[in-house]
Amino acid sequence: MCRLFALTSRDPVSPMRAIDALNVMKEGHDGSGVGLFLSGLGGPWEELKEYPILSGIFTDEGLSRMSDYMTKNGFQPKYSATFTPDVEPPGGTPRRGTYASIAFKIPDGWKGMAEDQVSRNLVQMRLNLRAMGEESGDIMVFSFWPDTIMIKEVGDPLAIADYLKLDREELQARHILAQGRQNTNYAINLYACHPFFIEGISTMTNGENTAFVPIREYLMSRGVTGYQGYQSDSEVFTHIAHYATKRLGLDISAYKHVITPMNDDEMRDHPDREFLSDLKRACRKLIIDGPNCVIGCLPDGSMFMAQDRKKFRPGVVGGNPELGIYGFSSEICGLNAAIPDRDRTKDFQPMHLDTAIVGPDCREVLQCSQKDPLRPQL
Amino acid sequence: MLPERPITPSTLSRKDLPWQIKWDINTCTKCGRCTSVCPVNAIELGVFRKRDVKPPMGLNAKPTTEFFTYYGIRQRTDPAYACIGCAMCNMVCPNNAIEPNRQYDSTTLQFQNNRGGQPRTRGGRRNNSESLLDQIKFIRISMLTDPALDAGRHEFDVRTLLGRVLSPEAEIKCFRENGWKPPVREIYPLVIGGMSFGALSPNMWEGLQMGVAYLNEEMNMPVRMCTGEGGCPPRLLRSRFLKYVILQIASGYFGWDEIIHAIPEMKEDPCAIEIKYGQGAKPGDGGLLMWYKVNKLIAAIRGVPKGVSLPSPPTHQTKYSIEEAVAKMIQSMSMAWGFRVPVYPKISASSTSLAVLNNLVRNPYAAGLAIDGEDGGTGAAYNVSMNHMGHPIASNLRDCYKALCVAGAQNEIPLIAGGGIGKHGNLAANAAALIMLGASMVQIGKYVMQAAAGCLGSEKDRCNVCNIGVCPKGITSQDPRVYRRLDPEKVAERVVDFYLSFDTELRKVFAPLGRSTSLPVGMSDALGISDKDAADRLDIKYVI
Ligand code: SF4
Ligand code: SF4
Repeated sequence: MCRLFALTSRDPVSPMRAIDALNVMKEGHDGSGVGLFLSGLGGPWEELKEYPILSGIFTDEGLSRMSDYMTKNGFQPKYSATFTPDVEPPGGTPRRGTYASIAFKIPDGWKGMAEDQVSRNLVQMRLNLRAMGEESGDIMVFSFWPDTIMIKEVGDPLAIADYLKLDREELQARHILAQGRQNTNYAINLYACHPFFIEGISTMTNGENTAFVPIREYLMSRGVTGYQGYQSDSEVFTHIAHYATKRLGLDISAYKHVITPMNDDEMRDHPDREFLSDLKRACRKLIIDGPNCVIGCLPDGSMFMAQDRKKFRPGVVGGNPELGIYGFSSEICGLNAAIPDRDRTKDFQPMHLDTAIVGPDCREVLQCSQKDPLRPQL
Repeated sequence: MLPERPITPSTLSRKDLPWQIKWDINTCTKCGRCTSVCPVNAIELGVFRKRDVKPPMGLNAKPTTEFFTYYGIRQRTDPAYACIGCAMCNMVCPNNAIEPNRQYDSTTLQFQNNRGGQPRTRGGRRNNSESLLDQIKFIRISMLTDPALDAGRHEFDVRTLLGRVLSPEAEIKCFRENGWKPPVREIYPLVIGGMSFGALSPNMWEGLQMGVAYLNEEMNMPVRMCTGEGGCPPRLLRSRFLKYVILQIASGYFGWDEIIHAIPEMKEDPCAIEIKYGQGAKPGDGGLLMWYKVNKLIAAIRGVPKGVSLPSPPTHQTKYSIEEAVAKMIQSMSMAWGFRVPVYPKISASSTSLAVLNNLVRNPYAAGLAIDGEDGGTGAAYNVSMNHMGHPIASNLRDCYKALCVAGAQNEIPLIAGGGIGKHGNLAANAAALIMLGASMVQIGKYVMQAAAGCLGSEKDRCNVCNIGVCPKGITSQDPRVYRRLDPEKVAERVVDFYLSFDTELRKVFAPLGRSTSLPVGMSDALGISDKDAADRLDIKYVI
């Protein structure tokens, strides 16, 4: 089972804090991989919030092909944090080349373009790059978005962190999603490694999404740029979150109404029953049928956790409002390791109707139940 | 045989018949029940003459010859009276002295059963024992779920949507603007498909209706039953049970008058309206209710004289094209109930199914598409239609589902698949396979007759006399002397029994796949088949 750990903090922290938590939760995952999503970046990136950052892994050949492509499209590199390991990779990890996060200046021609269009173009460029590298494997890109870095690799999380020197000064973030373990149900592939990312939204999941194929077919038929790939059954959770918030304009508290709608009994005296039952019908194809726990981060930096009713061991959310730090963990031991000084009685384990949300201010855990009236959103 | 008995090209011997009667002189009590129950008069009382030679002991006395007669059973060899293997004779025989035996090498009758230039018509199914659906396996057994689902204890939601479902974007827009929303019903995914009031006997119909009502009201299973073409008894139209009924209206408008007249007095809306353009067993043909079954009641409901054959046209002659027909009929039926009732067409699976579907996708009032595959059954059809026409359901359904996926409308137009589901008794497995291939629900007809009323029809051309009103079980007869054999209460009981067991079996399939809160429509990754070509065609896994 994948182990998941997410941190959201007022001040930037090192991703090592999340990796250490994964390590504590090691019993129960096979140490086959690690994936990291960082946003709300600190350090040198603080000044570069406007510039889309390309994160990926490149061979020398790939690096030059990538920069040709970027230049051709009018993108100028502004700042980069690249890392080329010079030591032997840990056992089982292939030697790949340069791990890079490069911030680019958007071409002048894009000025005045609608925000939607800019987003779509960025996604399209990421997909183009990914396609360019698909055959030879010289280019692998995980995200191309402002204030976002993604790192993925195969191997034991702690060993990889050591190998890639993830404790570097330049890797500091306010919002971190970390996942330990490679793909379970399908082939091992870096693109199959959580977290997944699209247009500022990132999620990771554990459990098996049994409804993967019909959901994938449905998402792919929606005509949204970026709904593709799907090397992992969990990638659809990210896209559903994107679809629900960006395309349908719903609030994140409604995400759960899409993936795990209430049954008739539970809905019976809900004040928004009419809307919810319509939504359930229209989004029936997106019901996940788990058991899954989803942890995700939104463009504004708020973080959430939700799980379906089949998930018997829920994740846990807890933290310290004074320090302004909250953790989302699939196991309580991970949370204990990452944020030991917190009021444990305030830990919240969201059950099958709950979504736990921590806003960007990191002050409290908002507990939304599906039984609550919907937040105004229509 | 007497030497002067004429032997013509169509003279058959017992050996030429596919079903041969074995009668045992020693156990027969001569009660005469078998000959009186035989629906096709295949057997008659026979008087046999026998010579008995008695050689005495010793050398002097001469042997004597005695002639005597005895009574027995004679099987007729006239093709018009060929035994149909129903085994009713055995069922009524107190001593098991008689039974039909199938002779597979006796094919002569096939060349003879078109007397008077009339091709054979019959009821039943295609009489082909192959079933692709039976070969499909469910291969994705989830062992990673924590814990694995328990089919017996877990909460399952085995329901499906019938009606046009808006896309999420349109739904939200509609809600925001308070717009018109197409009606949608949440029903059980196993529907009793259209079998008309003329085709079935009143007892059978009543039994089915009672069973359906019980399932709805006592078992909390929203099971629906389709009326079949040719109208509906007026009392049902005006009852509260109408909500459990899908009214079928043939493209030829049979029985429509009765329904129209009842509309102002309807207490409930029907569940849906199915417009029948075609059916799997006789694609390109309309219904065929033969004169034997058109009694006074049927004639009244259909608005025709009694005792005439009722071949309904495949589609009404005022309709120029399928586009026009579908659009017009859906529009007018929706209008009749104030756009509160889902309306969808039923077609026979064929290479033009996709064309019809494409049409529906663009029609905002279309509530679904029912597709009936070649294995579908019927009350009467020409043998040639039943055996040789139409398209298998699995690949046709798959094509349609994939077309919907491309159009992004797979949630929006539910596909209802039928035709040969459970033909070997594997109802739940067949239904689950079709659901995973893309059907939102499935419909059954013949299975219901077999399971709920003991229909004797098999895939080996057994019985199949549903068309001539002599159904030995009283299922498809309009003759009270015959149909009173069938107890409606018992039929209702069996309907409930097989629905409940279907439900359990369906959970047993879905639970290991990890599905419980939504039907696995289109979950084709869970399917495998050991036939490479079938796997490629259906786009499922090839497993050996
Ligand atoms: S099996 Fe049926 S048709 Fe044949 S003789 Fe017996 S009763 Fe008649
Ligand atoms: S038992 Fe009745 S319904 Fe069944 S095949 Fe025979 S005639 Fe038809």
